[in-house]
Amino acid sequence: MTSTSFYDRVQELRRSYPSSRSAVMDALRLAQEEHGGWLPPEALRQVADAMDETPAYCHAIASFYDMFHLEPVGKHLVEVCTNLSCALAGAQGVLDAFAAELGVRPGETTDDREVTLRAIECAGGCGRAPVVVIDHVYHEPVRPENVSGLVEELRARE
Amino acid sequence: MPASDASLLMAGTEDHDLTRLDEYREVGGYAALEQARALEPQAIVDAITTANLRGRGGAGFPTGRKASLLAKGTGKPIYLVINADESEPGAFKDRDVMRFTPHRLIEGCLVTAHGIESQSVFIYIRGEYLHEFEVMRSALEETRRAGLLGGVTITLHRGAGAYICGEETALLESLEGQRGQPRPRPPFPPVNGLYGAPTQINNVSTIALVPKIIELGAEEFARIGVPSAPGTAVFSLSGNVVNPGNYERPLGTTIRELIYDVAGGVPDGRELKGVIPGGSSVPILTPGQIDTPMDYDSVQAAGSFFGSAAIIVVDDRCCMVQLALRAAQFYMHESCGKCTPCREGTRWLVQFLTKIESGHAEATDLDLLDTVCDRMLGKSLCALGDFAVYPVSSYLRKYRAEFEEHVALRRCPFDGESSIEGIFAPVDQHAHKPHAVPA
Repeated sequence: MTSTSFYDRVQELRRSYPSSRSAVMDALRLAQEEHGGWLPPEALRQVADAMDETPAYCHAIASFYDMFHLEPVGKHLVEVCTNLSCALAGAQGVLDAFAAELGVRPGETTDDREVTLRAIECAGGCGRAPVVVIDHVYHEPVRPENVSGLVEELRARE
Repeated sequence: MPASDASLLMAGTEDHDLTRLDEYREVGGYAALEQARALEPQAIVDAITTANLRGRGGAGFPTGRKASLLAKGTGKPIYLVINADESEPGAFKDRDVMRFTPHRLIEGCLVTAHGIESQSVFIYIRGEYLHEFEVMRSALEETRRAGLLGGVTITLHRGAGAYICGEETALLESLEGQRGQPRPRPPFPPVNGLYGAPTQINNVSTIALVPKIIELGAEEFARIGVPSAPGTAVFSLSGNVVNPGNYERPLGTTIRELIYDVAGGVPDGRELKGVIPGGSSVPILTPGQIDTPMDYDSVQAAGSFFGSAAIIVVDDRCCMVQLALRAAQFYMHESCGKCTPCREGTRWLVQFLTKIESGHAEATDLDLLDTVCDRMLGKSLCALGDFAVYPVSSYLRKYRAEFEEHVALRRCPFDGESSIEGIFAPVDQHAHKPHAVPA
């Protein structure tokens, strides 16, 4: 996608609100999608330019919210909820199984840059715990014995 | 079916696909909107007031009174903002309302907008709820094509991962394109809310009940549940129960009925140890208190809060120091950093609890922990600082012997066998940067 169309899409977002700044989260989300799942400095400059704001403002917003990444992430994101309900349902076993299968600790990315593993706070699936979110799609419940299958499926994606 | 067994929010979802407009119409959908639009706006607010509808998001504020606080005649637009930023640990009711019956929420928005004379509605959906956002978007598109919006604009706004944005003024800041940090009050949102205009903010489940008030009539609605809090709630049961999930029941259903009759009781023949009745932010109740009816006043009389009706059940395999620590780590992670007592206090709670769990605490540390709790309560702009305290102070008070045992033994008495042993918290992955990715 060219930067012109990114610019145009952000203008459309800005017009959909009574105040232009309301579009900043959507603009950051769009930029993140176009930059391989994270926001390098040039992405923040691009958002700033399209929003008619400063890169510092865009960084302030991006750094506040958990779903924006200011460090590189893998092609795929595996997120394991470890909050109370998931913890009581055995989330640590699931997180450990992913860590072993992928060979990384929570917060890290595999050496081949394919997968980032993260522990996350409550995802709102407490009744089907433990919850795992893979590339923004909920898998619930996940047991340690399901983990190798999920990773295999993920690796098979292009 | 007697009124006390009525299903209101989720009615029709058992045998209809209510994500579709035609099926929602089959169960009487959008009839309440037509009825409402034939009435004067004030009649809608009066009906909500007579029905004594109270907010399902956490505070239980009377919805009709909230509407009556809106500043009129300011020359500014009136905004209706729906809080769909459901992030309270244990809560997952609004997610099911949106994904199974999105039109009921949209109809509730349109009826309420008519009542408060608003032309502009924003639904703030937590960023993680991507599927629910898509369901809402396609339902909204159907509503628009069917010509049901009647000149009202409904904007779906996606969050990006921040618990604090469920706090109403933080939500407004976020919606305005700022960091989600709470505002000082006054002014309150009904006078000065979104973009400086009068704004009413309601939870998803509150507004999705509004069409039923019109459909049944306010008096009939008020007969369901308990007089101080009529209607139903979707109770989210999780933790150590046999059949966790969402169950809609009238308010006033006891915790015992919900755990044992509805959710199948505690698994593996274990003993019930505690019940967190309203999401992780509320004080815990002990097994002796489970005959408490789940309504705002009864739960408050028992020393806790109804909150978001998210019931987390804890059995005897769980170490309460570990549970308190994990809750405290969550609030430390989610504190927005604006107010010192909350920003620093949440960190202190984590440090004390870590010290106790690892067997390095002295007896005086338990009193110090209590003091930190006291000094955080009521000291911040929003309730997050209090939410961090309630689990810690209530576990400490009600399971004091277990905390003291950690100190006396200089180790965790569960000896590595607690059900949540070693649970990893996201706040710890910020201590080191993720692997540098080679270019």
